[in-house]
Amino acid sequence: MQYQEYTQSENNFEECTKCSICTVFCPVLQVNPLFPGPKQAGPDGERLRLKDPGFFDATLKYCLNCKRCEVACPSGVNVADIIQSARLHYDQTPPKLRDRILACTDLMGKMARPFAPLINGVASKELPRTLIETALKVDHRRIFPKYGSRSFEAWLRRRQKEQAAFPLQVAYFHGCYVNYNYPQLGKDLVKVLNALGVGVQLLDKEKCCGIAMIVNGMRKEAVKNATHNVSIIRKALEKEGVKVITTSSTCTLTLREEYPALLDVDNADVHDSILIASRYIFECLEKGATLKFRPDYHKRIAYHEPCHMERMGWGIFSERLLRMIPGVEYMPLDSNCCGIAGTYGFKKENYDNSQAIGAALFDQIRAVNPDIVACDCETCKWQIEMSTGYSVLNPISILAEALDTN
Amino acid sequence: MRYDAVIIGGGLAGLTAGISLQKAGKNTAIVSTGQNALYFFSGCFDSIREPSPEIQALFSEAGIRLHYSPGVRLMPMGTFRESALALEDVSIFPNPQFGKKVLIINFMAYHDFFSSFLAEGLEKQGMECRIRFLNLGDLAQPDLGPNQMRAVQIARKMDDVWEKVVQEVRVLLKDEDTVILPQVFGLKDATIPEKIRQGIPARVVFAGTLPPSVPGIRTQMLLKKRYEVLGGTYLMGDRVTGAHVYEDVVQSVVTKQLDRHYLEADNYILASGSFFSKGLISNPFKIYEPLFELDMDYNMDRNTWYDPSFSNHQPYLKFGVKTDANLCPSRGGVPLKNLYVIGSILGETHPELGSGAGLAIRSALKAAQLITNQT
Repeated sequence: MQYQEYTQSENNFEECTKCSICTVFCPVLQVNPLFPGPKQAGPDGERLRLKDPGFFDATLKYCLNCKRCEVACPSGVNVADIIQSARLHYDQTPPKLRDRILACTDLMGKMARPFAPLINGVASKELPRTLIETALKVDHRRIFPKYGSRSFEAWLRRRQKEQAAFPLQVAYFHGCYVNYNYPQLGKDLVKVLNALGVGVQLLDKEKCCGIAMIVNGMRKEAVKNATHNVSIIRKALEKEGVKVITTSSTCTLTLREEYPALLDVDNADVHDSILIASRYIFECLEKGATLKFRPDYHKRIAYHEPCHMERMGWGIFSERLLRMIPGVEYMPLDSNCCGIAGTYGFKKENYDNSQAIGAALFDQIRAVNPDIVACDCETCKWQIEMSTGYSVLNPISILAEALDTN
Repeated sequence: MRYDAVIIGGGLAGLTAGISLQKAGKNTAIVSTGQNALYFFSGCFDSIREPSPEIQALFSEAGIRLHYSPGVRLMPMGTFRESALALEDVSIFPNPQFGKKVLIINFMAYHDFFSSFLAEGLEKQGMECRIRFLNLGDLAQPDLGPNQMRAVQIARKMDDVWEKVVQEVRVLLKDEDTVILPQVFGLKDATIPEKIRQGIPARVVFAGTLPPSVPGIRTQMLLKKRYEVLGGTYLMGDRVTGAHVYEDVVQSVVTKQLDRHYLEADNYILASGSFFSKGLISNPFKIYEPLFELDMDYNMDRNTWYDPSFSNHQPYLKFGVKTDANLCPSRGGVPLKNLYVIGSILGETHPELGSGAGLAIRSALKAAQLITNQT
């Protein structure tokens, strides 16, 4: 209808009916009185900012970008997008050194890898952590992810020929975490996909998805990464039947939704071909492929659906895969934010709120007392492992562990 | 993914239908675009006037206790409305003169509970009212900031400190026979309102606040939990964007998040709500149902849609999807055999089913029954 063009703004803030349902679901509003809440920071504030950018409020930095407001909104308003766009457009203060360091996850990974044992050792000690807190305002109680000494890319590159022999092919956007911190998850994905007759290829030099840059005010750098990633994904998709697979829920959401919504990087032609591995595997199985599981695998598994997985509406795929493993006793956890939200929980000023947000989830995990917590997000993994002591595995790693390869 | 039934809309109607079908052994999925009208629920099923053991049992199995006592209930602004069936924490009185002296409790700096309007309304009924304010900061630390002074945030505090409120009220209570408290109790634990009643030596009445409604959210959480315990799949935050219909049969529906991964089912239930939830859409030229483009029951002349007097009954509220006696709609005059329409999207096209929460439940039970009875 013609007239709709003129009555609907780009980020649809005027669709907000002021029902305030989002304020029930915002985890920050429950613990931090300084945050205006999603309704005020989002659609209410946007109306004012459009009149005068002087209405921009620095407390918008307390938004976790968890998107729970968007999941709850009955009117389809992209509340968190409005807040994050406002931060990118109106915030004139340059990002702090600390935020830049936290945001450049792939640069940090590249620099840290050769010295991995040394850095892992230093980062686990109390004194250096206290010094880091004083110098950079990164909370000393926060445990850093360990760095691997060999990158996942190097591991897979040596297996390129063997992978190319499989009849079906996917390109894998592994993300910084798999490449520098936890190559095992990538290896687990290769194992599961190979069992389905699918070979795994690298993209042509992927860069960090850029979410940490987006939320730390580094728009220019984020746009650069996004443009690069969309172009290499586009190139990979030229080959017939290939999909781009991810194992991190946040990378997936960023590649699919944040690029156009927050960075104005057009990904419409590749959007539908970027899938998280659990959805891709579920669809393979639905089409008739089969996986054989070890008869001796028995685990009680509690599944935590990351906020960004919930925003994509894809938790159901991970759930179905876990339930499909014969020896798994599946226990759903209530929908809750773990509180870390990537770099957010590392910052000294957010640490206490971050832990308060996660408390309900941690309590439930302790009450359920599972063998393993399953979760599709690496930063949730750090947060849950640090705060509860339970070990957390990506559903893909659980599939790999339960797989009967004989 | 294939189901016995896919339900579009996860509010009171969708959840009721889902629970009933799961209980009958069907495998169902609910697609819910955000939250729903339960967040504004008064706690009363005003249009249900007769005893309804079936509805009471359905709710009781979900941990929601209802009581049936025909009479009137107190509205948030101090007026009264006829009611019969309500959540246990909502009081229904035989007549508006339910007490002689009333103590109304409010919280300092809380603007969503209208204690002075309540007092004015009750004084008209000949009651003597006294209003007292509690300081939240004295009851629970850390104190709430001005952005957090909403029913749900207060209710989360009250889940832990409701006993302190009981103590405070006991101290404040003089010779009043009734105490009125805002509806901010029992978000996590539905038994708290009853415990508060037992702890205060006067009649305790919980009166409505501005939304979000605490009893409504509790009801939504318990119904959703019940649905999931029965094995239902609740797809939260997704949206049905289209449907594949072949002749008179719905083949599958498409959702925004699952895109090419269609949801297929033998039967479909449309519980997408009214104008607020975009189950119905109006523009300057027409009112329509956006998913299936179902035939509508409404007056085309836009001048007849609304009454210029805001407080009068608005004609557009009558408009809804046209269905037969079995709640089956039609499209371009062709009936759709495996689609059922329930809840507020029906408008007032089925007055025999009531309105609001009553319509949602009655139409949902009817559709679930029809689907279960298919051979």
